[in-house]
Amino acid sequence: MFGKLTLSAIPYHAPIIMGAVAFTMLGALIIAGLISYYGKWGYLWREWLTSVDHKKIGIMYIILAFVMLLRGISDAIMMRTQQAMSFGPDHGYLPPDHYQQIFSAHGTIMILFVAMPFIVGLMNVVVPLQIRARDVAFPFMNSLSFWLTVAGAMLIMVSLGVGDFSRAGWTGYPPLSGIHYSPGTGVDYWDWAIQLSGIGTLMTGINFTVTILRMRPPGMTLMKMPIFTWSVLCTAILIMLAFPPLTVTLAMLSLDRYLGMHFFTNTLGGDVMLYANLFWIWGHPEVYIVILPAFGVYSEVVATLCGKRLFGYTTMVWATAVITILSFSVWLHHFFTMGASSAVNSVFSITTMLIAIPTGVKIFNWLFTMYRGKVRFETPMLWTLAFLVLFPLGGMSGVMLALPGADFVLHNSEFLVAHFHNVLITGTLFGMFAGYSYWFPKAFGFGLDEKWGRRAFWAWIIGFVMAFAPLYVLGFLGMTRRLNHYTNPAWHPWLEIAFVGTMVVVLGIVFQIVQLVVSVRNRERTRDVTGDYWQNGRTLEWATASPAPFYNFATIDPVHEIDEFMYLKEKGIAYKEPKQYRDIHMPRNTPAGFVLGGLSFVLGFGLIWHIWWLVVLSALATLVTVIVRAMNDDVDYYVPAAEVQQIEEARFKQLKETDPLLSGQALQHTHTPVILVHEAQQS
Amino acid sequence: MLKTRIFKGTRWLALGSLVLLDGCSLTNSPLLDPAGPVGRSEMHLIVIAFLLMLIPVIPVIVMTFWFARRYRASNTNATYKPNWAHSNKIELVVWMIPILIVAGLSVLSWITTHKLNPYKRLVVKQNGVAVKSLPIDVIALNWKWLFIYPEQHLATVNQMVIPVGTPLNIHLTSDTVMTSFFIPRLGTQIYAMAGMMTRLNLLASRAGTFTGLNTQISGVGFSKMHFKVIAMKPQGFATWVAKVHRSPKQLDFATYRKLEKPSLVNPVTYYSDVSPNTLFSDVIAKYTQGRKLTSAQEQLALRSFRSSH
Amino acid sequence: MTTKTVADLSVAAGYSVKEHAAGHSASQEHEDHGHAAAISRTVDGFWLYIMTDCILFATVFTGFAVMSHRYAGGPTGKELFDLPYLFGETMFLLVSSVTYGFVVLAMNRMNKGGVVGWLMVTFLLGLGFISMEVNEFYHMVAAGNGPDRSGFLTGFFTLVGTHGAHVTLGLVWMATMIFMVMKKGLTPQNQSRLIRLSMFWHFLDVVWIGVFTIVYLRGVM
Repeated sequence: MFGKLTLSAIPYHAPIIMGAVAFTMLGALIIAGLISYYGKWGYLWREWLTSVDHKKIGIMYIILAFVMLLRGISDAIMMRTQQAMSFGPDHGYLPPDHYQQIFSAHGTIMILFVAMPFIVGLMNVVVPLQIRARDVAFPFMNSLSFWLTVAGAMLIMVSLGVGDFSRAGWTGYPPLSGIHYSPGTGVDYWDWAIQLSGIGTLMTGINFTVTILRMRPPGMTLMKMPIFTWSVLCTAILIMLAFPPLTVTLAMLSLDRYLGMHFFTNTLGGDVMLYANLFWIWGHPEVYIVILPAFGVYSEVVATLCGKRLFGYTTMVWATAVITILSFSVWLHHFFTMGASSAVNSVFSITTMLIAIPTGVKIFNWLFTMYRGKVRFETPMLWTLAFLVLFPLGGMSGVMLALPGADFVLHNSEFLVAHFHNVLITGTLFGMFAGYSYWFPKAFGFGLDEKWGRRAFWAWIIGFVMAFAPLYVLGFLGMTRRLNHYTNPAWHPWLEIAFVGTMVVVLGIVFQIVQLVVSVRNRERTRDVTGDYWQNGRTLEWATASPAPFYNFATIDPVHEIDEFMYLKEKGIAYKEPKQYRDIHMPRNTPAGFVLGGLSFVLGFGLIWHIWWLVVLSALATLVTVIVRAMNDDVDYYVPAAEVQQIEEARFKQLKETDPLLSGQALQHTHTPVILVHEAQQS
Repeated sequence: MLKTRIFKGTRWLALGSLVLLDGCSLTNSPLLDPAGPVGRSEMHLIVIAFLLMLIPVIPVIVMTFWFARRYRASNTNATYKPNWAHSNKIELVVWMIPILIVAGLSVLSWITTHKLNPYKRLVVKQNGVAVKSLPIDVIALNWKWLFIYPEQHLATVNQMVIPVGTPLNIHLTSDTVMTSFFIPRLGTQIYAMAGMMTRLNLLASRAGTFTGLNTQISGVGFSKMHFKVIAMKPQGFATWVAKVHRSPKQLDFATYRKLEKPSLVNPVTYYSDVSPNTLFSDVIAKYTQGRKLTSAQEQLALRSFRSSH
Repeated sequence: MTTKTVADLSVAAGYSVKEHAAGHSASQEHEDHGHAAAISRTVDGFWLYIMTDCILFATVFTGFAVMSHRYAGGPTGKELFDLPYLFGETMFLLVSSVTYGFVVLAMNRMNKGGVVGWLMVTFLLGLGFISMEVNEFYHMVAAGNGPDRSGFLTGFFTLVGTHGAHVTLGLVWMATMIFMVMKKGLTPQNQSRLIRLSMFWHFLDVVWIGVFTIVYLRGVM
């Protein structure tokens, strides 16, 4: 009746796991309780869960990323605690079996359910606003992408309390992840969670490519696109090229596991290196998928908060495009140690190092944007500066790993762990934090608290250095990754430092939560009336209200410059009321995305536990839902011009009350006093 | 000569700076204080790459702090040019610096990758005559290592004894999941995979006891899958071989099947004989039904393969 | 950037479609990316989807190529494949592509009956193809030559099966379209859907030619 699922799948005997389950369920119950108490279920359903508005979907993506970040960091704390303890006679508190599930979950979650949703979330919030579009090209598909990602994340969360998770690492190399060596359901949780979210991501890639290529306003040629939009376009293209191989690779692994096939088995012709190749053909572009948008964020932040045009826009675009192309030519560097010929290894080594060229150019361009600018040290800029200092160190260790001769001793070591955390945390995560604090006012209409933002920033920086510098050293001390126990006394002090560092990072996250609470409470003080929160906004997202009305822009005017909003401000026409309002074409909300996400979760669960009737049932239900949705032609509507006019006029009235000078005055750079947001907050 | 001096210099520079970081533990680093020529070349490569990368990295870090301070918004003395966003000179420099460094690194990579090819035989000359290499067949098991010395007809578990100054011609396979065989102090690791044979050439240039391990996650016993490498003078090695030959235990198929079963922290075991002496290739053939050869044929093929490379 | 209409895109896709006004003036569409523009973007998006599907098939082909000689003592393609049978199977799919062409022609004439009729013919031909494939699979598995027999058969069943699964989904889509055209007629949305289904169907045809050549012809050679 329930396939492999029995009551014994719930790990009653493991107090740590049950504690985590109880904690998670308690959190969910509290949230559900609060929603019920305030009677917000209807609001939640109508305005959020069924929404196809890119801004709301973006916010939900980022909420998902933060929730999963809490799960991922909990895993990190457990691993660091274990490694700080389990030295010599002490075996720590985590048996290898549990420890291996934790690091597998940590990697999977951080890459696919933190970095990806965070990036897709920012893309959603910002891109249509930057290109003056009403929404993305396929709003319903956008909602579906989101709910598929949620379904994948939920599968991972369920694996905590029902059954277990994969022990084969986030890369899931066979034959260890094959049915012979991993007969349980752990690998299947990992596999289906990635599959569901991967399909969602693939649709996001298509969606944003069409959005950016087809929905720009007149005058916005490709070379007048804001740089963040450019990086999102490259990421979207990378997604389209890289995710199908992932889908196929995981499907092949599933075929091995479910139907006894022999793609990656030891026997009857299977080939484990086929998996390694296919996985990294996705896996390496994936790192650029998560880092290119972060580069885009830094470009926007550095220009706005230095009050200066981005240095070398054209170079920036070309560098991004070159990275996009090169990212497909480097995958083999993940296994220089498989015994390939020197020629093969050197070629992949050189292609890998070539990527350092455009990346280096970008870094210099950011520096020269600061040069002769007015650098403001607000949180988004702090993250950018930290990135500029710390990321090159990750690049340096990356170049070392790219040399096969060095990789032969550094492969699979803690040095490698330090390297990819160095690039992913200071590159991607700091970029996401910069984007989060930079665009938060745009999404919500009030700013984040600067004081707590700075505290969080410093805790993160100190914690990061303390947590990962020791890992570089440990690599040289010959410590391999993923050990749940060791006997070498030289490693122990470094692991203790790393543990303390992780706790400081946790403090940083606590400060970020406090920052959010404080900011919400003080929201009236940081209210953004003009829509141009940083007063120096350059691109079009700052031209509309904060938060933007559901239709984003009342009129779709032609664009003249890369920094169009700055151009309009300089001309003194940034806050001009349109002469005439028109009906606006908008997509209708639909529960179909939510329902399909839910069904795919059930489908995944059924597949994991071999509950075949549930699989058939949910597959049929999915098909029927798709067909019913496809048959519905009533998917959009027109907002009457009068309604638009009413909303817009209210905004202009408020603008005039706030600052009568705003409308009709040209901006003079040299005379504009820049009021720092954090100073304003303190006064 | 000059080259070795530079290498020595970089080595001491690297060691010196790392010693500053930590009182004593890093001088003990197996990667920075290798016991063989392979590891030593790799250490030099790491140090050179590190120094080359400092050329762009240090200016970037310095410029970040410098520009951030010099052009802080509150500094009214600093020049402010909000629309200055292009300079051919700067563009040229920022493209050329990384291009030149990567070009240098590419040459370095090409040369060292060929030089450090783990499949390349190491040649050691003594009085003008090449020292005969020692073949060792390694089988990764759950969660232990089996070492077969085909010329000595003996086998050991979780202990690899090697003569100093003799090139090691190691062949590897796995009778379980993918593993990676690594002796940090000797350098270069390589994957060992079922149904496949990989090769590794190493050399210990000084006596000592080193740690060897598996670096590729391989299941619950992964953390315990390490072994001792004892490098001895050739006479000592000969004595050791004689000692193993006195061991009452012998490795035949029945013993192998028992040994192959998953186990943790296997004690060091000596087998005075290995029969059939095709055991290593039989283990590979277990997984390659597609090209099934009889043991003798496989063995012949393997031996001729070995002598030709 | 001007917004294209269904007709523009259809021309780009090699079709000509009668333009349907979406009930709003052209200038308004131009400014607001209205209803018709939304439909034409769907065709764009579908092109991109086809491209990702190409990559998906390319990866499966790679898997097959790596596995293509790993017989593991099991049967080879030469022993398994019955070319005349496969030729028949192939003809079903090729002819169905032609009949789908007639669907589009009928659609261009706004001939609803023609569209439904040719869709039904195409559906039956596709069904014939799938039935023959299932029959082939059934006999192989029954003879003990299932996908778990060897690396070669793993690659074979996965590649041919992936194509078959696509065709099956295409058939479900086609059945839905027959129903929708009968119910709502040749609305702009339905026209767009018919064009996308056409792209999908011809794409599967092209993929099948690759499968037939690489798997079957080379297997028998």
